[in-house]
Amino acid sequence: MSAGKDHAALAQVFNNDENRVDWHDETLWFVRAKRDRASHGIPDWELLRETASQIKHNVLSNMHNYLVQFEENALTNGIKIHWAADAAEHNAIVLSILKEKGIDRMVKSKSMLTEECHLNDFLQDNGVEVIDSDLGERIVQLAKEPPSHIVLPCIHKKKEEIGDIFHEHLGTAAGESDPQILTETARQHLREIFITRRAALTGVNFAIAETGEFVVCTNEGNADMGAHLADVHIASMGFEKLIPQRKHLSVFLRLLTRSATGQPITTYSSHFKKPRPGQQMHIIIVDNGRSIQLGREDFRNSLKCIRCGACMNTCPVYRRSGGHSYHTAVAGPIGSILAPNLDMEKYADLPFASTLCGSCSNVCPVKIDIHDQLYKWRQVIVKNGYSTKTKTAMMKGMTLALSSPAIFNLSGKAGRLALRYIPFAVNNGLNPWFKQRDMPTPPEDSFTDWYKKNRKGEKP
Amino acid sequence: MKVGLFVPCYINQFYPKVAIDTLELLEKFGLEVGYPLNQTCCGQPMANSGYEHLTGSTNELFTQNFAGYDYIVSPSGSCTLHIKDHLHSDEAPAEAKNIRSRIYELTEFLTDIIKIDNIKASFPYRVGLHQSCHGQRGLKLAQMTELTAPAFSKPEQLLKMVNGIELVPLTRADECCGFGGTFCVAEEAVSVKMGKDRVADHIKNNAEYITAADMSCLMHMEGILKRQKSPVKVVHIAEILNAAMV
Ligand code: SF4
Repeated sequence: MSAGKDHAALAQVFNNDENRVDWHDETLWFVRAKRDRASHGIPDWELLRETASQIKHNVLSNMHNYLVQFEENALTNGIKIHWAADAAEHNAIVLSILKEKGIDRMVKSKSMLTEECHLNDFLQDNGVEVIDSDLGERIVQLAKEPPSHIVLPCIHKKKEEIGDIFHEHLGTAAGESDPQILTETARQHLREIFITRRAALTGVNFAIAETGEFVVCTNEGNADMGAHLADVHIASMGFEKLIPQRKHLSVFLRLLTRSATGQPITTYSSHFKKPRPGQQMHIIIVDNGRSIQLGREDFRNSLKCIRCGACMNTCPVYRRSGGHSYHTAVAGPIGSILAPNLDMEKYADLPFASTLCGSCSNVCPVKIDIHDQLYKWRQVIVKNGYSTKTKTAMMKGMTLALSSPAIFNLSGKAGRLALRYIPFAVNNGLNPWFKQRDMPTPPEDSFTDWYKKNRKGEKP
Repeated sequence: MKVGLFVPCYINQFYPKVAIDTLELLEKFGLEVGYPLNQTCCGQPMANSGYEHLTGSTNELFTQNFAGYDYIVSPSGSCTLHIKDHLHSDEAPAEAKNIRSRIYELTEFLTDIIKIDNIKASFPYRVGLHQSCHGQRGLKLAQMTELTAPAFSKPEQLLKMVNGIELVPLTRADECCGFGGTFCVAEEAVSVKMGKDRVADHIKNNAEYITAADMSCLMHMEGILKRQKSPVKVVHIAEILNAAMV
């Protein structure tokens, strides 16, 4: 972990502007409340979650077979299939497809996988211009920032800031922040892009093994506009996006958007099955650490994720630290259990960026045991040596004191010395507790002292 | 029925009154309560920091201390959950297993095991109930807002038996307070912000006291209230349930 780049430090910077934190928190809480209304209105919601979780369980247990089936069917449909072991291979495949057609400008619809692979930077370095067509994505792209949320990529930006970005890049009037005007500007700008790009890349929400088709969900229809107008449609998917049969979609489509934004369904849930005449359709199936995660029994379930973002909206830490504090493509609770699989050292901080309150696991539409995995990652990270020496020394000291009733009780009247061994006082000396909080007033006697004086005492 | 009282380390050292009230409360219901003097801590601070492998000695100590009781009761949802989920012993595995299934947080013990239906207590104040996460979502002391399921709350059920108490509603019924064990110092900025927001919800809804079944959340919120010089006070649920009739 590079110095100063861990979650706590980045979150502290975010917290320097308390008004912004309040606004961020309220905005996401509003989404979470909408999700509650939408989900609580469905009497069989919990059954749906369980069903979705079981379907994904089946997929993860039979990954090989479903992948083979999907590939066969997709090939029959006339789609070209590519396999990418990692991010670099994925990016190289995209570039080679474009090169073959002599294309140097591409339009892209939202895909967290391409963020994970840093595709935009790679293509730019190789002389290919990429324009993100999802409104939020386009805004952060213009601002030269990564998305801060998987469903609401620019949720960290206020409309005035977006107005400034549009003024600089898209020629709106200075100080213009009316959402209607800004959206219309973006629409005109993107329309121009859609009709001039010969290649479009989309993500994949669900890939159906039974039929070899895939489904892309958007609210803006931007994936459709890009893909329908382009000669080449490239779809990038992590292999966990598979579901066995088309009928299973009914379960996932009901869960996805209710969990994400509280809508009953996405505005566009578009099925892509075969290229239209004259068009080329490619699917790149990406591993990039997923098979390692599949092999980690404790963490396998994280691959059930359908990227609804509900765990982020509900996470009290995410709401008050902002997506960028997670310094990884997929932020929030789910990002914190996915990232250490990719690079345990770099993301050693993330499983600790949680109070383990458990809200994420219970909001998750596919019932991923997120907070339990956070706990387990902590153990793995420490065992693999990605903890600081100071922390280890402190924990050993604490263990020693707490293993011995004599040491523990020794403090006695001497001002509750045991304070040093109390959980929250781990970093004695420069304890950050005191910065914005008062300490409890130490009582004269501990309970043990009181008990010895007032009661007979259970023999040790 | 022999009940072993488990008093978490920080309650023992900082909030002895909570432990005294817990003890007296249990005795009020005619229970024989023992307090093993050699107890220290459940090991959670190490485990949640990623050092579960260092908890062997605290686990053995805990098992020795509490073997032989019919029930173990603790005024802390978080510590209870930790024992329930993680207590293991190489020396006495059967005892450890037994303890895991027989440890209860105070309010669930009162509602589910001894099933009390009235309490002689009085607390004539406006009180906000903070649903501590580990108790609520971990031990299922109360329904959580995430799930589509009927509402219930064991702490609330008990508080409603108290004379004169007025429970205030909260805008966010079960938002985390941001304590989170070592999180409160490792992630100081976020932890404090969460605590401030949690406290503000209670104040906005006119609470005079904030209560919870977990003293650690209350300790964190108390630290913030005191720094803000707020007149709002924290009080553990055991203190309310054991508050003398006026
Ligand atoms: S982990 Fe669950 S809640 Fe979070 S984004 Fe994935 S599916 Fe949604």
